[in-house]
Amino acid sequence: MRHLRIANVEFSSRLFTGTGKFSANDVMEKALLTSGSELVTVALKRVDLQTDSDDILRHLNHAQFNLLPNTSGVRTAKEAIFAAELAREALETNWLKLEIHPDPKYLMPDPIETLKAATELVKKGFVVLPYVHADPVLCKRLEDIGTAAVMPLGSPIGSNKGLRTKDFLEIIIDQSNVPVIVDAGIGAPSHAAMAMEMGADAVLVNTAIAVADDPVNMALAFKMAVEAGRIAFESKLGKTLSEAEASSPLTAFLD
Amino acid sequence: MTFYDQISEVNWTQLGDSIYSKTTADVKGALEKEQCDLEDFKALISPAAEPFLELIAKKSHLKTQKRFGKTIQLYIPLYLSNECQNICTYCGFSMDVKIPRKTLLDHEIIEEAKIIKEMGYDHVLLVTGEANKSVGLDYFKNAIRLLKPYFSNIALEVQPMEQRDYEELIAEGLNTVLVYQETYNKTNYKIHHPKGKKSNYKYRVETQDRLGQAKIHKMGLGVLIGLEDWRIDSVCNAMHLQYLEKWYWESKFTVSFPRLRPCAGGVQLKSPISDRQLVQLICAYRLLNEELELSMSTRESALFRDNIIKLGITSISADSKTDPGGYANPKQNLEQFEIDDSRSTEEFIAVIKRKGYDPVFKDWDMSLQ
Repeated sequence: MRHLRIANVEFSSRLFTGTGKFSANDVMEKALLTSGSELVTVALKRVDLQTDSDDILRHLNHAQFNLLPNTSGVRTAKEAIFAAELAREALETNWLKLEIHPDPKYLMPDPIETLKAATELVKKGFVVLPYVHADPVLCKRLEDIGTAAVMPLGSPIGSNKGLRTKDFLEIIIDQSNVPVIVDAGIGAPSHAAMAMEMGADAVLVNTAIAVADDPVNMALAFKMAVEAGRIAFESKLGKTLSEAEASSPLTAFLD
Repeated sequence: MTFYDQISEVNWTQLGDSIYSKTTADVKGALEKEQCDLEDFKALISPAAEPFLELIAKKSHLKTQKRFGKTIQLYIPLYLSNECQNICTYCGFSMDVKIPRKTLLDHEIIEEAKIIKEMGYDHVLLVTGEANKSVGLDYFKNAIRLLKPYFSNIALEVQPMEQRDYEELIAEGLNTVLVYQETYNKTNYKIHHPKGKKSNYKYRVETQDRLGQAKIHKMGLGVLIGLEDWRIDSVCNAMHLQYLEKWYWESKFTVSFPRLRPCAGGVQLKSPISDRQLVQLICAYRLLNEELELSMSTRESALFRDNIIKLGITSISADSKTDPGGYANPKQNLEQFEIDDSRSTEEFIAVIKRKGYDPVFKDWDMSLQ
């Protein structure tokens, strides 16, 4: 399985993870360690930046994990930039999962504010990973302004519905010159495997692991699925044929 | 247009009939659906749904966990004042109730803040009666400025205000405003609120519209359960919620379930709700709206609160005092209502953890305002 490179960092695991919704921080720690994940996203709003003994961060203090602060909760580019700068200072990383959702119900990312904020943040030296709709044009625009990757959604956050945006993800993967990380909606290992088989560079999973009855084993299942899907992609999947081959080929008369 | 226009068209009796006429078949239909609508909500809170409570609770549990995970948000009320110029027939702060009145001074606010911060709380709900001259916009602005260094999230449960007032308070760091309609029954609203600014039904029911215009992050609504027919009131509240979600799509919503409890005023309960029915109501809200925050206070018993954690509630207070200055000086007899669950924060957290849930104290940051 080839390593994935984003900005200057090499990842041997293509499973990125979230840290929300777990029943306890030690459960989260165990599950994420088991997942093999090397990039974990943390909501700035959940972390207590005033103390240096925040419980979430304490449980993520492993060499395996690179932190990816996210801007969950902001509604505008302006708020996102402010939050990003705070995160960079407090968590000592210039990596950022940029998420701007003015709609708190479905948590749909705002394409206009995201492009605006990403442009500014790239100039300020951030490694920006924007969470966006599976919008091929927007993904190209973000690539053009210098984001390190794009993170299109498979279906609404936390919905576990899988790759409802499959047709558009295929276009994004086909067109992209930066890594494509399928984020949101991946509810089962089979969804993750499918994204990887399609050629996604990585997936980000949170709810499906955190809310499982056994988060540690579910993390293992996702690890295996992501690896299986990726190896299958690299080994070139056989094409599925829609119909059986005709016994008398239509062009045989040319032979 | 505001919600007042929509609620004005509701015929209370007809709405009641449309709830009480729901059948077993309607309930089963609602339970089979992935996404319930208002008619399903009526069925789920109707008497016909009572035999299906376990099934309703199971669905609510799964939907809540999918959206909110195995977590529960904790908050604590901070009573700033019990001065009030309203007469509300059910409230311990009502103007005609003879209790000593108190409004916290700056140093008292900070004293309370330090104590509840020490208890671990990071989301605070500021509560007052309605005394617009002494406890108005300037008082709240000052209070938010004083409290901002201590808390990540500040909410208000005070008298309804103007849009421009809300805009000023949001700029100071206000995140959430809770205003309960108490009852949507316009005729009887007047009987329960005979005097004071609160007697203006229209101004109160349009509060959430003003909050939406002011682009508040989160707003809360609810009815005082038991004051009027709780089923009809809850359907009106659900209609209000659906209206608000459509118009103010950038705001988040939270619904609370205050049940009438004994207080210094004392009022006859017209429509009491049993524990089973309250569970039914909470779970019906979850089936109607997966993303909605559902909140519970210490008015409820320890047994009820411990078990409701898994069923749909996502935000809960604990270890609360409902009198101004109550954390620094307990037992002054200035309470708005009696609390039932008086366990310490530590005890309650232990219960949450035993249930397999993570008690979340911080889920906001002032830098995001």
